[in-house]
Amino acid sequence: MTMTPLGIPRRLLECTVDGEPVRAPEGATVLDACRSAGKDIPTLCQGDTLRPKNACRVCMVEVEGARTLVPACSREVEPGMEVRTDTERARHSRRLVLELLASSVDLSTTPRAAEWIEDYGAEPDRFGPDAARLGEEPRIDNELYVRDYDKCILCYKCVDACGDQWQNSFAISVVGRGFDARIAVEHDGPLTDSACVYCGNCIEVCPTGALSFKSEFDMRAAGTWDESQQTETTTVCAYCGVGCNLTLHVQDNEIVKVTSPHDNPVTHGNLCIKGRFGYQHVQNRD
Amino acid sequence: MDLHFGDSKPTDEERAAVDALLGPPESSWEGADRDEMRAADLRWARGGREARDRRDLLLPGLHAINDRIGWISEGALDYLCRRLTVPPAEAYGVATFYAMFSVRPRPATVLHVCTDLACAAAGASELCAAVEQRTGPGIRVERSPCLGLCERAPAALAIRAGDPVRTAVSAPATAEAAVLAASAPDSAPEEPPAALAVPQAGSPELTLLRRVGVVDPESLDDYRAHGGYAALRRAFVLGPAAVIREVTDSGLVGRGGAAFPTGRKWQATAAQPDRPHYLVCNADESEPGTFKDRVIMEGDPYALIEAMTVAGYATGAHRGYLYLRGEYPRALRLLENAIGQARARGLLGDDVLGQGYAFDIEIRRGAGAYICGEETALFNSIEGYRGEPRSKPPFPVEKGLFGRPTAENNVETLVNVLPILTMGAQAYAAIGTGGSTGPKLFCVSGSVERPGIYELPFGATLGELLELAGVRDGLRAVLLGGAAGGFVRPDELGIPLTFEGTREAGTTLGSGVVMAFDDTVALPRLLLRIAEFFRDESCGQCVPCRVGTVRQEEALHRIVERTGAAAADDIALLREVGRAMRDASICGLGQTAWNAVESAIDRLGAYE
Repeated sequence: MTMTPLGIPRRLLECTVDGEPVRAPEGATVLDACRSAGKDIPTLCQGDTLRPKNACRVCMVEVEGARTLVPACSREVEPGMEVRTDTERARHSRRLVLELLASSVDLSTTPRAAEWIEDYGAEPDRFGPDAARLGEEPRIDNELYVRDYDKCILCYKCVDACGDQWQNSFAISVVGRGFDARIAVEHDGPLTDSACVYCGNCIEVCPTGALSFKSEFDMRAAGTWDESQQTETTTVCAYCGVGCNLTLHVQDNEIVKVTSPHDNPVTHGNLCIKGRFGYQHVQNRD
Repeated sequence: MDLHFGDSKPTDEERAAVDALLGPPESSWEGADRDEMRAADLRWARGGREARDRRDLLLPGLHAINDRIGWISEGALDYLCRRLTVPPAEAYGVATFYAMFSVRPRPATVLHVCTDLACAAAGASELCAAVEQRTGPGIRVERSPCLGLCERAPAALAIRAGDPVRTAVSAPATAEAAVLAASAPDSAPEEPPAALAVPQAGSPELTLLRRVGVVDPESLDDYRAHGGYAALRRAFVLGPAAVIREVTDSGLVGRGGAAFPTGRKWQATAAQPDRPHYLVCNADESEPGTFKDRVIMEGDPYALIEAMTVAGYATGAHRGYLYLRGEYPRALRLLENAIGQARARGLLGDDVLGQGYAFDIEIRRGAGAYICGEETALFNSIEGYRGEPRSKPPFPVEKGLFGRPTAENNVETLVNVLPILTMGAQAYAAIGTGGSTGPKLFCVSGSVERPGIYELPFGATLGELLELAGVRDGLRAVLLGGAAGGFVRPDELGIPLTFEGTREAGTTLGSGVVMAFDDTVALPRLLLRIAEFFRDESCGQCVPCRVGTVRQEEALHRIVERTGAAAADDIALLREVGRAMRDASICGLGQTAWNAVESAIDRLGAYE
């Protein structure tokens, strides 16, 4: 059973979303308010367990009185705020951002990307065949996970999860700048020479599949990865007494990856190397 | 925090460079030799929070290594990280952010040849080619964004690593002179005094520039003999609240480009209950075509020190940071001297002028990143993080440097505070127009006979200013406000140089750049250079700017030789990308990156 901790009651603020009155608790974001009003706003860098980074800019909305568009994921609701989610201006901006992203990186494993590209009428190809792309080769330097930076949109979620927001390993950082900025470990070396402790919490938060289990990466390469055939079972990790929840993703009676429920008040989706990767013994059938 | 370090060790030289900044390590916990581990080391874990609180020394530390060796090796970076308890991955991210640092081996001497707007118009690419032919493997030639020497274009800056680091400027540069500056920086000819950049120097009509060329920039006594420290004395008589009232009543607005009312910013900072408050002087003047702050700092450095003290007093700050761009070695030397002198004479320190007010100034050098001129990126840079802008709100007056209330002002803005206090708010506000009060500095460069800094009361027209500077025949376009500003046509010289006047004319005053281009300049090439500049200088944090600047540069490349219908598709594309960048970028860099090119298309008909 997942428990939802109850916080101190918060004051409700009144605002409007697309003309409809909405009440949102103090401290809630514009995105929270929009979602509670039933609006489907695309997000990529927003993470349910992380502080908003507002780097991807796909959740931009119009707020009355603001000179520029406003990132819904990080702007807090203010009383009387008038938010418009579906104006031509907001749609233009989202369409362009999707085009810019899809023209520079591989969004094939980004959930909902294809749907949004269609919804917004984005045409990533119109920048021409010579448009600069990341064009990075996957980095496979250990048996646990793969870094495929050709899919990286630089959302900073892995950096934040590895840093002071969760793991405190600080093994990952953004290096370089501008279009040449990349995610890397110290001195841009292999993961095995870095401060990485292989908790895999960066994989948990990666929105595009740029970071993935080696098992998933290999199965995708072999064409055998099939999420429709997978079952998910949430259980308790048996390695120690903390009691972290594990969600086992099973395909053809084999565990193919392990995640953890984000609404779990103990782990918030985070695990350690054993919980996340130490599942082979379960299916050792010799 | 469990830090992980590799096996790379610093060389003795690298260790010495870091220790010269931080002092020798106290224990092996922060990098002392393990063989010399003392008994105390086994009982006390030093470092930790105490060292981590000095994270803001990361940037000075990277400078120390880069200055001594010329580049930053793994061993050197790891040693610095150990000393400051900074994770190596983060420090690597910071080191690779700045253009003046290298994490790959390179020669000790780097010659930065400016290829930006004014220098490009003055033949920078020919200069680069000629310099590259004449230099051997011991000198690395790098194409640089604006060096802030536009009045003496083309310009080159040589930096030779060592102890101490040596620098030499060559401007206007010939290939021979630039190579000489790089190969023998100590014996390169001295730069002309800053006053030569002020064609009106010595004129009694000047207010902000009245001391440039008149006082000795090295002498505190000379500064005082010319009216120095009268404003601070008046400030102490008035008290902080009345100083803010004077500044508010004067109508002073920020001169860095955003034109925010200075008094309001000071009031908002002073009113914050959270302590301490900080004052930050933004001297990261990197807008192509802008060099006014350099001329003030080189010609009248004490004025800035005094103005910062007044600002600190008014806003309740006891510490001021002067963030100076890394490309200004002479300004650095003069300001260091001025701060040292002021401190020795009780004009900075625990008891300024015996008034019981404590204030001191620390200089922080940038390392080649235009984005660090954005106020929140500047905070990150000082704090030892990547110079990426923060999203606002919260605003700096509430949560600025080190998360504390901070007033950040540009050099020119601060220097205006001195005449406001000495002549009084009313007399000051009588200068200029109703909407734009006071005197204003303009950086005039390009196709003019007398390029330099001009001081005029707000309200003079663009034509009058260009007349003063001796505009050459065949004027094709004027860039107002720098690369983030906009072009105007030769038939628009009647535009009044005020905030309201330029706004009405659909353009901007920006940072005060007025760059004239005659018809020998190939406009599409110039626009390409502007696009290239923004692509280079984007921090990469948000998608519209990181990818948008690249897509715009690509489109401009495609149409560099095309006009009319052949360019129409790409111009439409540019507009769409530009609109999203303006609407959705995190900071002003992305929001304004398309301004100049758009104005060239719309006002100049660049591709018709």
